[in-house]
Amino acid sequence: MTPDLIIVGAGPAGVSAAIEGRARGLAVLLLDENGAPGGRIWQALEARGAKDADDTAALRTLGEFRASGADARWRASVWAIDPDGTVFWSDDRTTHSARGGFVLLATGTTERPLAIPGWTLPGVMTVGAAQIALKTSGLVPSGACWIAGQGPLLMLYAVQALRAGGRLAGILDLSDRGAVLPALRHLPGALPAFADLRKGLAWRWEIARAGVKWIRASDLRAEGDGALSRIRFRAGGQDRSEPADLLLLHDGVMPSVQITRALGCAHEWDEAQRCWKPVTDAWGVTSNPRLLVAGDGAGVGGALAAACAGRLAALGAASALGRIDAASRDTAAEPLRAARARYLASRPFLDALYAPRAPSLDDNTMVCRCEEVTAGQIRQAAKIGALGLNQLKAFTRCGMGPCQGRMCGATAAEVMADARGVPLEQIEPYRTRFPTRPLTLGELAALDVGT
Amino acid sequence: MFTRPDNGSLTLTFEGRTIAAREGDSVAAALLANGIQVTRQTPVSGASRGPFCMMGACFECLAVVDGRASVQTCMTAVRDGMRVERQNGARGLGTGA
Amino acid sequence: MTYDVAVIGGGMVGTAIAYGCAARGARTALVDQGDLSLRAARANAGLIYSQGKGEGMPAYAAWTRHSISLWPTFAEAMASVSGRDIGFRQRGVLAFCLGEEELETRRALLHRMHNQIGGPASPVHLVDRRELEAMLPDVRLGERVAGATYSPEDCDVNALPLLRALYTGFLAAGGVHLPERTVGRITTDGGGFAIVSDRDTVHADKVVVACGLGIPTLAPMVGLHAPVHPVRGQMIVTERLAPMLPIPGSGVRQIREGVVQIGTTMEEGESVPATSVADLARMASRAAAVIPALSAARIVRGWAGIRPMTPDGFPIYQQSPSHPGAYVAVCHSGVTLCAAHAGPLAEAILAGRLPDNVADLHPDRFDVHTA
Repeated sequence: MTPDLIIVGAGPAGVSAAIEGRARGLAVLLLDENGAPGGRIWQALEARGAKDADDTAALRTLGEFRASGADARWRASVWAIDPDGTVFWSDDRTTHSARGGFVLLATGTTERPLAIPGWTLPGVMTVGAAQIALKTSGLVPSGACWIAGQGPLLMLYAVQALRAGGRLAGILDLSDRGAVLPALRHLPGALPAFADLRKGLAWRWEIARAGVKWIRASDLRAEGDGALSRIRFRAGGQDRSEPADLLLLHDGVMPSVQITRALGCAHEWDEAQRCWKPVTDAWGVTSNPRLLVAGDGAGVGGALAAACAGRLAALGAASALGRIDAASRDTAAEPLRAARARYLASRPFLDALYAPRAPSLDDNTMVCRCEEVTAGQIRQAAKIGALGLNQLKAFTRCGMGPCQGRMCGATAAEVMADARGVPLEQIEPYRTRFPTRPLTLGELAALDVGT
Repeated sequence: MFTRPDNGSLTLTFEGRTIAAREGDSVAAALLANGIQVTRQTPVSGASRGPFCMMGACFECLAVVDGRASVQTCMTAVRDGMRVERQNGARGLGTGA
Repeated sequence: MTYDVAVIGGGMVGTAIAYGCAARGARTALVDQGDLSLRAARANAGLIYSQGKGEGMPAYAAWTRHSISLWPTFAEAMASVSGRDIGFRQRGVLAFCLGEEELETRRALLHRMHNQIGGPASPVHLVDRRELEAMLPDVRLGERVAGATYSPEDCDVNALPLLRALYTGFLAAGGVHLPERTVGRITTDGGGFAIVSDRDTVHADKVVVACGLGIPTLAPMVGLHAPVHPVRGQMIVTERLAPMLPIPGSGVRQIREGVVQIGTTMEEGESVPATSVADLARMASRAAAVIPALSAARIVRGWAGIRPMTPDGFPIYQQSPSHPGAYVAVCHSGVTLCAAHAGPLAEAILAGRLPDNVADLHPDRFDVHTA
């Protein structure tokens, strides 16, 4: 099988790239871990049906994708990509591979870990996790459910949960009040995305109207014996304690760079979003000319900006493969670039308003959930000479578990930077390697052709 | 905890107990819908863990599904009659493949 | 200030020597690169292993066995200095053989080595399939397993806690760690040496060049000669499994944490520490042929490390004839030889004369002699 374009991920960027690629005559293979297109933001939308105008537009895009003739494989878990463009994946214990002219990663983001004491207790989850449970299974929070952290997704989920009949005990706003003033500087630039900003204010109002407590808080801890039963936090100058059986944490999202890291692509530090992202050109091409990245995986910008980036990447690939000439590529790209710029207009304001705060973790707080490595152990490793996350890993096993550092990398770097007194971007992140998903030894052995 | 008005007509067992699930649920979502938060105990300290990210990234929701260990329940669709058990500590290789 | 000794290279070899010098009271500096430098120390299976090592070089076989004899005491010192278990076990090591042919090849190698060394027989013997089954009661072996060779005196250790213990011990003994430095030049400086890096210059009476693949650039500056080239080694690491493999095997080993390490490859000339699916698949296939139940285990990590290799695969130790006080040390088996490096080698460097039993490991052996 030799498709022109292999797309990993069927979110807005991936399906848009597939639509554009097919329209330009490319043979497209799309791989996604889920059972249907949509990614996170449009997850299970075909099953749920449209509830507003945004959903209707998204469903139209998904419909175009379904009709595009792209070869889509669901429940396909990509675990390696060779530098020559060969993609390896597994579905239900069977391994497959295909070599593409270009490989487009549209793998989106993961939530930035918000490590607090007790965050490994069952009953503590992420806001993104609860939103997936809502979209795919109609699960709503009830009883002693608290949401804590910051960011647009936190508010959006609260609104979605309330509209679906959920009940929330309260929202703990852990954002930095000091961030509001610097953020206002970016407000005029955000005006082209005025509708987005107005939506944010409306959410906040809707939450207040539902009678959900909104508490500015700090020093949050989760407690319980084997599962969450109580949260403690500081608010209004007082220590408070509340019963809780569900705590949903959120601190924004970061590009998933597992695959681009494993391929040795160049990455750059994004100071505004405090994360690494792959270096890409105007068509999404990384430092590996066969590998493209589009959407939030190349820097967080939201669904509509991601859809534009997916189309741009497909245009670039079609042109490089000689299916369209440069002039028609550029003509088609122009409105996409303009739209993308409009969608991204509110980003600097949002990034500044919800700037991730450097965590101040006490020594006992777990950072690496898999190997159970605490902030104190990371500080100790720094003391005996660990400079970055790779030496840290060698000294403590931090990041060596099944999640391969996805849940601890950002926090471990923060703790390390603080312990060493150096800027965060000077902390070398984990060097990841394939397989980036945990296939079984038998699945891997099945690829041995023998000698 | 989570709740929903209709828990569906599929049935699976968790630790031998019969629970209901809806078509389209992941195993993890079905467990949460039934108030089950703990799917495993870690092989490091024995601490209890359960679903955390629901998107296949954190590996906290591992469980034994139909005799197969270390299954990511958040990435596995429910099927009628599925047997789910907690995965306690380091798994052996004796059962299932 | 002027150090007594500056060791260049913070990998397994350099750190062991630096620890050994500092522990003996020498003012020692360890000059090291950054987080991402190619550290073979971080891509190591942790076997302390004499089996089959040193064909054609009796001195290497003897030096290896000497180090193994020092290991139990050294391991205690490492555990005590770091306050944690470094996973040292003396429970022998198996080399599994798939098919009669592999067993025969292995038998022939051991026979040749036995005759080569003479004296007390190298403690390695063949075990047939039935004996192997008795040694590994919780494992069902694959049908192609014909047997194994077993070296009861060999040991294993967890390489990463070992590296950490060396650092901890080095610092506790007053050693000075100077990381984030790439050394560009070594020059003589009065009676000693100036080690010039991109950050500063370190002065020392003695210098040990132990920076693996960095050696060919630096060694000639002080009259040393140590040809090394990169060899890539890949490994597979499984999830934590319940204990099943009580004796480590070459290529399949369960460490204390429960994970099974599978591998490794030896890829000549590869200098990028990335995994390749074809190589991983080959290793997985062999491991599954040895222990079929491993097929169900989940892989949590692939590893790739770049190791320094000498032309004949044996270590190189030399004191510079033109610049006395400058030494080079490089080997492919930094864990096995760690006890010897931290012990007799460090002691000899401080005394100013390399031990007699490494005389044959001098780089002069690479000089071309035509008859």
